[in-house]
Amino acid sequence: MNGVREHRLELLRQMLLIRRFEEKCAELYTQQKIRGFLHLYIGEEAVGVGVHQALTPEDAIVSTYREHGHALARGISPGSVMAEMFGKQEGCSRGRGGSMHLFDAKTRFYGGNAIVGGGLPIAVGLALADKMRGKTRVTACFFGDGAVAEGEFHECMNLASLWKLPVLFVCENNRYAMGTRLDFTHSVTDLTKKAGAYCVPAAAPDGMDVLAVEEAAKSAAEYVRTGKGPFFLECRTYRFRAHSMYDPELYRDKAEVEEWKKRDPIPALIRALESGGKVDAEVAEIEGQTAAEIEQAIAFAEAGTLEPVADLLRFVYSEKAPA
Amino acid sequence: MTYRDAIREALRKALRADDRVFLMGEDVGRYGGCYAVSKGLLAEFGPERIRDTPLSESAFVGAGIGASLGGMRPIVEIMTCNFSLLALDQIMNNAATLLHMSGGQFNVPVVIRMATGGGRQLAAQHSHSLEGWYAHIPGIKVLTPATLGDAHGMLLTALQDPDPVLIFENALLYNMEGDLPAGAGPVEIERARVRRPGRDVSVITYGNGLWKSLEAAKDLAEKGIEAEVVDLRTLRPLDDRTLVESVSRTHRALIVDEGWRSGGIAAEVSARLLEQALYDLDAPIERLCGAEVPMPYAAHLEKESIPQVATIRAAIEKMVAAHG
Repeated sequence: MNGVREHRLELLRQMLLIRRFEEKCAELYTQQKIRGFLHLYIGEEAVGVGVHQALTPEDAIVSTYREHGHALARGISPGSVMAEMFGKQEGCSRGRGGSMHLFDAKTRFYGGNAIVGGGLPIAVGLALADKMRGKTRVTACFFGDGAVAEGEFHECMNLASLWKLPVLFVCENNRYAMGTRLDFTHSVTDLTKKAGAYCVPAAAPDGMDVLAVEEAAKSAAEYVRTGKGPFFLECRTYRFRAHSMYDPELYRDKAEVEEWKKRDPIPALIRALESGGKVDAEVAEIEGQTAAEIEQAIAFAEAGTLEPVADLLRFVYSEKAPA
Repeated sequence: MTYRDAIREALRKALRADDRVFLMGEDVGRYGGCYAVSKGLLAEFGPERIRDTPLSESAFVGAGIGASLGGMRPIVEIMTCNFSLLALDQIMNNAATLLHMSGGQFNVPVVIRMATGGGRQLAAQHSHSLEGWYAHIPGIKVLTPATLGDAHGMLLTALQDPDPVLIFENALLYNMEGDLPAGAGPVEIERARVRRPGRDVSVITYGNGLWKSLEAAKDLAEKGIEAEVVDLRTLRPLDDRTLVESVSRTHRALIVDEGWRSGGIAAEVSARLLEQALYDLDAPIERLCGAEVPMPYAAHLEKESIPQVATIRAAIEKMVAAHG
């Protein structure tokens, strides 16, 4: 079926955009164009791209400090994301946020939150507002396995379940809370059991398989959207790069990383596509378009301007009249 | 009517006027509020708008922030400021920062009310005065209503604010009797207010300290000492102008603050007066603050830990005598 093939090529395009964009970010970081913390999503692209297939433009997203992939999958322009990391006022947060704090009102992207677990209560509140206003929207909340150990996770699972709020909780379980492995931080390593304790239904798709994530996310989002309450999606995935650019990666074996790279979601999807015939030409075309798009994003960021220092104290309090 | 009733009336007005407004917190519904502020509101407005929450301060304060982002006007009640520490991440890292981190895209119109203060022998974990401490944080506003008019009006004003507002209600004031002015409604929150004019010294205070200072001033009037009593009302942003004007008339300043002395709001007021009114001063600025000790349970020690009418009176007398 042509529709299926085209859709899969689109998934490939989105994952490749994130992959190539972030590879370039790493380069730009070493050139000191990007500063601060930079947390790369490379290896985990299937989760963000898969989950976003289940969301509509009316839905909301609450994300973490590892959110470039979510932002790009949501459709925030690569240029405004890159400009943000360059600290330019053309950035999606005017250069006030940086890599960890991408925001975009147009796409209801409520930010990269850099306190582990700190975004969950906000997602619960956005969903509460929707429920009270009778809107059938979903709030998708991304967080990692580290957040599941935080009190806020447990408080929020309880509250969302108690009030039957439309939150799609998406745990990106990449097996490491910064540098400490899951089994060193969790007494129960099957994280879906924690959702079960709050009567929140859960699924654990293979986070290295974008089609599996998409399928699970669509069915989870349908559950949430029809007012049944929250859903917990644990996507088991792996981060190929260091936690951040400062991380010497002393806590895991190179062999383990190589083993996971064999499950790289991008070649996996290409293999799935190839079962229906050769895709070399299409992949090359996507790679070409992606490279051009990233070059444009960098040019946009380079050409961006610095906010005047005289504006330093803006955005502490609102400038607009109350609604 | 009481201070408590004045707040309840404001809640009722707000809930009637705007269907985006709702109240949530621990025991606000079926119990009626741990200080009975929301008593009767569940019956009138129902459980959708008067929401009992689990004991999970971070989740429900954060949910208030999220709901405000989602177009609602939540009022979150935290039982006391002592428990607000469990939600400090949400208040400081989210409510106070989202507008800025998003480059002005997402404002957070949430109102967070909480009881504050000691004086009821509740010991070290239930007697904090953290309002001055919260006033350190850019991005939020900190209100400390002392009168019925302010308790009522500041809540209504806070609900019109596009940004997060914290309201600290001194728990000793809930039973205070008084009248709401006819036509009471929103009040301005930008200015401190001279509650009692006087020529000899400016006593700068807020919350329950206002009533203690007014009593001390009344006592001293019989001795011919006229203390001016200034109610800060809002700890962030501070109204420097009213303070400087008062001190330029009296030439002496005593700051009365139940919070701890080091790095507190009294220290901030003092620094601003030194920066802006040093040459108007005839005497060193004095501070009466909470003693730097976790609040003791024993009544005599607790009393000693908080500025009292007698200590305020003595401090004023000494200042006026020494530099008269």
